Amino acid sequence: MKPSDIGILIVDDEASVRDALFKWFKFDGYRVDTAEDATIALQKLQANLWDIVLLDIKMPGMDGLELQRRIKQIDKSIITIIITAFASVDTSIQALKEGAFDYIVKPVDPDDMSHLIRNAVEQRRLIYENIQLRQQIEEISFPEEIVGESPALKKVMEKVSTVAQTDSTVMIRGESGTGKELIARAIHSNSNRRYFPIITINCGAYTEGLLESELFGHEKGAFTGALYRRRGKLEMADKGTIFLDEIGNIGHKMQMDLLRVIETREFTRLGGDRVVNVDFRVICATNRDLEKAVREGSFREDLYYRLNVFSITLPLLRERKSDIALIARFFIKKYAQSMNKNVSDLSPETLEVLLRYEWPGNVRELRNVIERAIVVAKGNFIEVNDLSFPSPATVKTTEEDSLEEIEKSQIKKILDRTGGNIAQAANILKISRLTLYNKIEKYQLKK
Amino acid sequence: MSYIYIIPIETSPLFWFEPLTAGIFRAFGMRTKCVKFSMDISKAFDPLRQQYNSSHLLSRLIDRPLADADKVLGVAEVDLFIPILTFVFGEAQLEGPGAIVSTHRLNNKFYGLPENQTLLAQRIVKESLHELGHTFGLLHCSSPGCVLNSSTYVEDIDQKSEELCPQCQQQINIT
Repeated sequence: MKPSDIGILIVDDEASVRDALFKWFKFDGYRVDTAEDATIALQKLQANLWDIVLLDIKMPGMDGLELQRRIKQIDKSIITIIITAFASVDTSIQALKEGAFDYIVKPVDPDDMSHLIRNAVEQRRLIYENIQLRQQIEEISFPEEIVGESPALKKVMEKVSTVAQTDSTVMIRGESGTGKELIARAIHSNSNRRYFPIITINCGAYTEGLLESELFGHEKGAFTGALYRRRGKLEMADKGTIFLDEIGNIGHKMQMDLLRVIETREFTRLGGDRVVNVDFRVICATNRDLEKAVREGSFREDLYYRLNVFSITLPLLRERKSDIALIARFFIKKYAQSMNKNVSDLSPETLEVLLRYEWPGNVRELRNVIERAIVVAKGNFIEVNDLSFPSPATVKTTEEDSLEEIEKSQIKKILDRTGGNIAQAANILKISRLTLYNKIEKYQLKK
Repeated sequence: MSYIYIIPIETSPLFWFEPLTAGIFRAFGMRTKCVKFSMDISKAFDPLRQQYNSSHLLSRLIDRPLADADKVLGVAEVDLFIPILTFVFGEAQLEGPGAIVSTHRLNNKFYGLPENQTLLAQRIVKESLHELGHTFGLLHCSSPGCVLNSSTYVEDIDQKSEELCPQCQQQINIT
């Protein structure tokens, strides 16, 4: 910022003080103006933008303290500096408590004045830079687009919009691949914490000991290999959001520790004794039946109630079939661009197959199928032959399918669901194990 | 032809006049005249502060029109102040005719140090060129060596040169 970018307003009932300061700042190249009382000062504040206001504490009519309060209502980022005589130091301290940047006691040493204004200008520059950076964050902080127009998804987004503005803990439920992390990021991006980080931790990916270290951090020497102090993810999420994915997979000790942290917002790092205070919002996710886990005793009831303040359940992809075309086309555009391929759409037959498929892996699976298809596609359209499904038997049958095809598809589905357990599959299918073995051989299905 | 008039106030220009004249010519390309006239400075005196109000003295200086004076520079031995500040080295009118400097705090004697006439003369020249620069419309310059660089301590004055930087020269069209 150049000096001419900074506006300084001088408010003092003494003309000699106004004139002296006016010249002093003018010679430094600032944009300067004066006001003999609070009323004129307020008029000038409304009419123009000011960065720094020097105001006398004792003036006839509205005094400097009240004027400062009004200034902060107009724009709390304006730097105010109080001018006072020795007898008014107490009031000046009050002004500092109410947000004044500093105060000067008349007469002031020129060097002190020079430093004060330099510091005030730097403060103003930092405030301005902060505002600009926040605006940039607003522009770029939108997470990967949540695609879909189905009623089921609209309901979810309404809930996201409602809960984002609060600080409530959110529990996101949904099967694998339904977009739980995407929803967590959407909540964070629409919250007041969006200028601070969202830190993700997959609770299911760690052993209990490692998870403890990841979450709480550790001091140097806390365990073998702990060569340095390390901040945990809870600390990194300070003022932001912590997203605990697969929360249903944490052990009993971690559940207890987590409950304490969520309630007190305090913890110590592993191997340490200094209490660390943090301020974060909790979003968690699970694909487990937590209510059942609570009933069975594998998940603490008190933690469950702490986490389940606001619940959002994500629909399966097959429950919002009307979104499949939209989502597929979204991924086609994304991957065609990144792979520099001229693929623009799906053929009608391909779309038909996608709509019939059950999508056990949900949106993540659809994404993978499209990405793979774009790699192999030769023309502008993704054809049926370009598709490759990990579980072909989960293609839903239609009226045109024969009895054998329907039987084969059903047996395959049940075997997949039971993980190849013949006894369980036979029980579900209401056939004997011998019959099932025969059918597996007939249709050349893997056990 | 117009001149920069130098008016000593309660002081004698014996040792600093020549260097100042030379400095003014180098910086602004103008010749000087030294004029002594009696000036009652008592009205500018503040008994509480034991200092003289710089703005009052400056307005007294330019009160008397001098026919061929383009600028008027008062050089006073007394300590100057403006309200709000504890002291000033000098004061000037931005793009105006008048400027005033005080030698009081430029003198080592003020700081309890051995007097140094050569150093004092240099400081007077620099402060005078600084204030005169304002009368030509120049603002404070961020270039550390430029005579228009702002100085709040006497050591700051010693750090800078007696010259205008190229940008300041260009601003007042001096090649």
